Formats: sequence, structure tokens, C-alpha cells
Amino acid sequence: MRHFAAALYDAGPRLKANFVRPRALRATFSREAGEGIGARMKNVLPVTIVVAALLVVWYVGALVMNTPLQRDFFANAGVTNYSAEDLAIADLNMERPKLPAPHQIVAELNKTVLETAPTSKRSLVYHGLITLQETLLGFAIGSALGIALAILIVNVKVLEKSLMPWVVASQTIPIIALAPMIVVILNQFDITGILPKAVIAAYLSFFPVTVGMVKGLRSPDPLQLDLMRTYCATRAQTFLKLRAPASAPFFFASMKIGVAAALVGAVVAEVTKSEDGGLGARLLAGSYYGQTVQIWAALLTAAALSATLVGLIGLADRIVSRRMGFAR
Amino acid sequence: MLSPLATDGKTDVGARVIDVADLSLSFVTADGPVQALSGIDLAVERGEFISFIGPSGCGKTTLLRAIADLEAPTSGAIRVNGMSPHEARASRAYGYVFQAPALYPWRSVARNIALPLEIMGYPKADRDARVAKGLELVNLTGFGKKFPWQLSGGMQQRASIARALSFDPDLLLMDEPFGALDEIVRDKLNEQLLRLWDVTKKTVLFVTHSIPEAVFLSTRIVVMSPRPGRIHDVIACDFPRNRTLDIRETPEFLEVANRVRHGLREGHSYED
Repeated sequence: MRHFAAALYDAGPRLKANFVRPRALRATFSREAGEGIGARMKNVLPVTIVVAALLVVWYVGALVMNTPLQRDFFANAGVTNYSAEDLAIADLNMERPKLPAPHQIVAELNKTVLETAPTSKRSLVYHGLITLQETLLGFAIGSALGIALAILIVNVKVLEKSLMPWVVASQTIPIIALAPMIVVILNQFDITGILPKAVIAAYLSFFPVTVGMVKGLRSPDPLQLDLMRTYCATRAQTFLKLRAPASAPFFFASMKIGVAAALVGAVVAEVTKSEDGGLGARLLAGSYYGQTVQIWAALLTAAALSATLVGLIGLADRIVSRRMGFAR
Repeated sequence: MLSPLATDGKTDVGARVIDVADLSLSFVTADGPVQALSGIDLAVERGEFISFIGPSGCGKTTLLRAIADLEAPTSGAIRVNGMSPHEARASRAYGYVFQAPALYPWRSVARNIALPLEIMGYPKADRDARVAKGLELVNLTGFGKKFPWQLSGGMQQRASIARALSFDPDLLLMDEPFGALDEIVRDKLNEQLLRLWDVTKKTVLFVTHSIPEAVFLSTRIVVMSPRPGRIHDVIACDFPRNRTLDIRETPEFLEVANRVRHGLREGHSYED
């Protein structure tokens, strides 16, 4: 509490300074204090409205979808005189609903994330960590490959025409068809465990990185390139001092798409090769036994994982952008 | 190094910075070749301030780019300090200022000015000293740590001039550097550029659209006409080196400006 008061006291003169400082300084100051809080407050209302609307649609959807099934249950159990309220409550608390209600998923998440030990195979933390490992390894391979391909394509003109079609073609094959073959082929070379799944994740994530980085490395305008020519700069110098830094915004955008794609790849790989666990294996097991609540809980965990990874890259983006003077 | 010029039989070889002989340049476009420059002859002495003026499409920017080895001539010869344009570029003979400042947005002003020095391998201490000198030369001392977007357009263009001069080339090539700035800022920068030219004793080639700017700055004005781009007239402009903006009110100034205007009118048909 004392800290908070001290911070407020401290912020006073800084906020006041906003009104007298020139634009440039004001930007730096307001980034630290003032502006952030104001912007956050402004965001709260629309976000709340959207979330509330989503929940309403979800509950209505759950009622509509589950009612026929629940009526059958009541009929089979010989229950006839139930009120609409009884039906609604039963709809939203079925064991294997067609569409689970949000509170059921929250309860499942609470059980499998918080109340189960992370070492247990029933814990979503256990499976989430497996997926995370595969995603990160696959993303590392994929983005390294993507950046390397982009550098090649930008520097060697013939590769644009000879290599790019293959890069594009690679993505036209449905990953679900390709994943088992990758597992089988790698198994031939005694590559098992996490690596085959990481390779599948890499397969999905290198493409957006390649495309984004080609665009980024080509983003300097003609004058900026001419300037390098007037200095008689070498290709390496032009790359390091112009193309690479100019590609920074594209780099982070590519990384965000790439990491999300890697997670999708990892989950697909786990569905293919479910014996090692992972969120994909949870999805498969859930659908096998009709455990819709479990499927949705695993889905939301995967989404949360993806959002966290994208968010971390966004954070790195903001820090780097500020240091590079892109942020205003 | 001067032998190629000497064989041309030209006199005053030591002071000649640029020699353009019968230069033609055409671009290949989708609609066929476009003749951008035709039969250009031009000699520039050390320390001159030459302006190129003419309507859009007269090839003045192309001529400057050919001298800078950014475009390849179709025929004819260019010598810069007695070298081919390519050798001159390799020996870092000129600094080039573009229409836009073309500062790298991720570099502070000081690091933008240091860019050519980094590429040319100057040691750190030397770089810092030259950057400080450059900032002072264009009145930007104290702005070194700012990013380009924190500066006004005029300040950005001054920073780009400091960048072009940072490695102390003899020759400054400027392609409409103040074209995007308003009249008041432009006047001020014209005066500063003239001071800078006087102090540094550089040879300046300056492309412009503005008659008063050309007359105010130059020792000679090259009037060009379009389709194909060629030199219509070269007008001497003998005002003292330490001239001020007031000179623009004098009858001598207006007379030269009128000659330039007439030259432009003769060379340019308004039918197309």
C-alpha cells in the first residue's frame, strides 16, 4: 500500500510534465506512466461485452444442442413431469453433452489443471508440457529453416523461381495426411520420441516464417538501397545494416504466426502418435470415449498455450520495437 | 590517374572534377526504349556549385545518378576525378543526398550519420568525432540521440546532408534535397547550404525545380529540356560566395532568374 502511494506521488510531476514536454519526450514519459492505465480502462468495457455475448451464445447453443439428447434420457429413465427449468439445468450439466456448458469446462479445467498432480497422466499440465516441448523444438527448427530459406531466396535470384514453388507446394498437402508418413519415415532412421512430432510442428511453422521474412528482407525502399550502393557497401553489409534491421517488424509477425502453426502441428502429430501423451492425445482419447468436456478442456488449454506463446513474442516485439525506435 | 583526361586534350586538368562527354542514356521499359539523356557535354571545376534545372522528365536526376554510378550510360563517357564513375564510387569520391532523407528509422540521428563510416571501416573514436563535427556542421548538436521521426522534415534532411559529408568526400551530389520542404524552411536551408559550401570548399551538383533556389545557390546553372533530356543552356551566376537571401531583391539576381526562365520556356514545349 505504501509502495502504491509512493508510486502515485512520484507519477504526479511526471504526468504534469506531459503537458509541457515536446512530443518526443512526452511519448517516452507517457509510455512509462499515465497512458497505459487510461488505455487499459478504455479496453475493459468492449472486452467485457464481447466475452459476455460469447457466453450467452454458448449457453444458448448448449441448451439448443443438448435438449433432444436430454429429453431422450428423461424418457428412457421414465421421467415425464419435468419443468422447462429442470430440463435446462439438466441440459447444462450432462456427463457427455453434445456441447458442454462453459462452467462444466471450467470445472474440468479446475480438476485437471489445479487439483491433479502435474506428474499424473490425468493432468492437463502433464500433457500441456509435452505439447509445449514439441511446439518449442518444432518452432525452433521451423523458424531457423524459414529464415535460412528467406535469406537464400532474397540473395540468390534463381532460387525465387526454383525454390519458392516447392515451399508453397509443401503447404498444399494436408498435414493430417503427411504426419503419419513423417513418423514412419523418421522411425526408419531410429528417430523416435519427441523429435518426429517436432518435425511435423516445424513443417507447419517454417512456411509463414519464410514468406514473412522474404517480404521483410525486401522491405527497404529503393532510396535506402541506393544509399548503400553509394557507399559501395558489400552484400553482407547491406544485409546486416539494412535488410536485417528493416525486417524486424516482419520477423515478429512471422514468429507469431509460426509459433501458433507449430502448436497446431504438434497437436496433429500427437493425434497421429498418441501413445506418448500430449494435448492431441487427450483430444483423441476424449473423442474416442465421447468425453466432450475433456475434449473442450484440452482444446482450451491448447488455445491458452498458443495465446501465451504469441503473447510472449508480442512482448519481445514491443521491447525490441521500442529500442529500435519503431514505437512512437 | 589524370592521364585519361590528359589524352582528351583538355586543359586545366588539375581542377577538373567532372567531365561528361557526349553522354546518352536510354531506359528499356515495357513500352520500348525511352531516351532519358542525349548528347550531354559538361565539365565541372573544383569548388563549383552547379545547379541542374528543368521540367520533370528532362533527365536531371538521371544525369546525377549516372555520375554517381547508380545508372549505366548507353554511350559517351563520364570521368569523376579522372576516374570512371564506378572507380569513383569505389573510392568514396562523393556523398549523395536524395529527394527524401532516407534515414534508417531504427538508427538514432548520430548512428545514421555514422552509417557510412561504419561501412567504410572507420575506428569508433574517429566515428564519434566525425559525427559530432557533422552534427555541428548542420546545426543539429544535441539531437544525436533522437530517432529520425522525432525530427522535423528540414532537420531530417540536414541530418542526411551531415551523413553525406561525414566521410569528407570532395563532391556532394544533391537530388532535389529540399523539394519536399516548405518555402520558409527551404530558404533557411539554402542559406545554411551556402555557408556549408563556403566553409567546406566542396564541389556541389544540385538538382532543383526552383529557379530562385538555383540562382541563389549556384556558380553556374545548367538548364535542361526534356524528350530527350539534353542541356539547353548553361548560365553563369557570379554572385559573391558569401551572398545572403537579400540578394534576391537585386536587379542582377532578377536578370539571371529571367534568363533561366526564358531558357526553360524555350526548351520546353507545352503542347504535350
